Amino acid sequence: MSKHHVTTKINGDETEFLCETDETLLDVLRNQLGLTGTKEGCSTGDCGACSVTVDGRLVCSCLMLGVEANGKSIGTIEGMAKGEKLHPLQEKFLSHAALQCGICTPGFLVAAKALLDKNPDPSETEVRYWLAGNLCRCTGYDKIVRAVMDAAAEMRGA
Amino acid sequence: MRYEAPATVDQAVALLSAAGPDGRVMAGGTDLLVQVRTDVLDPGVIIDIKGIAELRQITEEAGAFRVGAAVTGAELKEHPKLKSVWPGVVEAANLIGSTQVQGRATMGGNLCNGSPAADSVPALIAAGAKAVIAGPKGRREVAVEDVMLAPRKLSIGRDEIITAFVLPARPARSSDAYLRFIPRTEMDIAVVGCGVSLTLGADGTCTAARLALGAVAEKPLLVTAAQDVLVGKRIDEAVLDKLGAAASAACRPIDDKRGTKEFRVKIAAVLARRVAQIALERAEGKQ
Ligand SMILES: Cc1cc2nc3c(=O)[nH]c(=O)nc-3n(C[C@H](O)[C@H](O)[C@H](O)COP(=O)(O)OP(=O)(O)OC[C@H]3O[C@@H](n4cnc5c(N)ncnc54)[C@H](O)[C@@H]3O)c2cc1C
Ligand code: FES
Ligand code: FES
Repeated sequence: MSKHHVTTKINGDETEFLCETDETLLDVLRNQLGLTGTKEGCSTGDCGACSVTVDGRLVCSCLMLGVEANGKSIGTIEGMAKGEKLHPLQEKFLSHAALQCGICTPGFLVAAKALLDKNPDPSETEVRYWLAGNLCRCTGYDKIVRAVMDAAAEMRGA
Repeated sequence: MRYEAPATVDQAVALLSAAGPDGRVMAGGTDLLVQVRTDVLDPGVIIDIKGIAELRQITEEAGAFRVGAAVTGAELKEHPKLKSVWPGVVEAANLIGSTQVQGRATMGGNLCNGSPAADSVPALIAAGAKAVIAGPKGRREVAVEDVMLAPRKLSIGRDEIITAFVLPARPARSSDAYLRFIPRTEMDIAVVGCGVSLTLGADGTCTAARLALGAVAEKPLLVTAAQDVLVGKRIDEAVLDKLGAAASAACRPIDDKRGTKEFRVKIAAVLARRVAQIALERAEGKQ
């Protein structure tokens, strides 16, 4: 069976890759493209560690085939900082100590950014529901929620 | 495993017919890919229907809505009008999984995965929705309650696909609602789910009603007795008690790790009352 030739945009850059049908977008990002910031937790859609955006829409990259990326625009954690300059969400995760082991962090950041792109002024309840598909075994979530609220306030210029 | 992305319904049906039992439709893939990853399924051909333009649209025609089978939960919620006409259907579909799952999951996949606990299905049944089915012999419409037969068993053929759901035109003072019971607030499978759709006359009596339950039988159930309890009445406490009793009486659940039979029968009554009350308030709010 010949491989699929996929042309896509990742964090704004034109990218091409070859993949088998049964390779997920997560497999392709990590194993072929070296974009290992996107993490694999469960592989079954439950933990959110593999969160990416596809044409602006937040999805689990473990539940999408690599071949489906053809013609789409993918956003991963690697596209979040601008060079050395961290995104306000990344800054706030550090200053609020919103991470311990860090395996869940890229997924939370990508998911939180997708929320703030849509809704710059979410309530705490909205943040908690939006992030319900991102699991963290270390922090107890509170510091993550506070970091997101604080980043949102800063980005609004409040 | 082959991957096909047809551009039309006819191509999809032809690919599916040619693939035989080896072919699988994929919409959002949130059930299918989990099954492939965990080796429950090993399809020879995956036929991705998200590239079919007709399946990606929500259209309104003389008050009826046609929701394409590849429309995701996230897109349903963003539609400017659907949520005000069919709040119950939209809230049920939006209970499926996380934000990430919502970005991909469809109501067609929810129904065709064949789980008795699928959240959007009782809401669609209560709404009186029809599934539009395309196959080698053309298109037909089937009431949603007649699509699923038992866990993982459907009445539609292997070479057929659901192309859309049709939600009928609504008289004034109509609304719907859906609730499920789960032990947590998010990300869980319904222990019981309940959808109610109803219409009120000018004097406030109920003129039409449908109630459906999920996770209390081998498939989601339309509770026809509920219609007899509600229609022609003003919905007061006594009527709600009878409605709860009718919902409980329709249950034929199993015991499993999520809940016992007794618990499910009891919760069906509690949910039926609450959901009917929410639908009632919503319908009263529409003049
Ligand atoms: C983390 C997680 C949480 C979840 N939570 C919930 C929940 O709370 N409630 C709930 O009900 N479900 C839940 N699900 C299950 C799943 O997301 C839903 O059932 C979803 O609606 C499936 O839709 P899909 O488009 O992804 O289906 P797919 O995976 O694409 O397809 C599912 C099945 O239906 C068939 N199919 C799909 N579309 C069609 C069509 N148009 N015509 C014919 N056959 C078709 C496929 O061949 C496959 O067998 C969850 C899943 C995950 C991974
Ligand atoms: S790895 Fe994708 S959700 Fe857990
Ligand atoms: S920081 Fe360890 S899982 Fe979240």
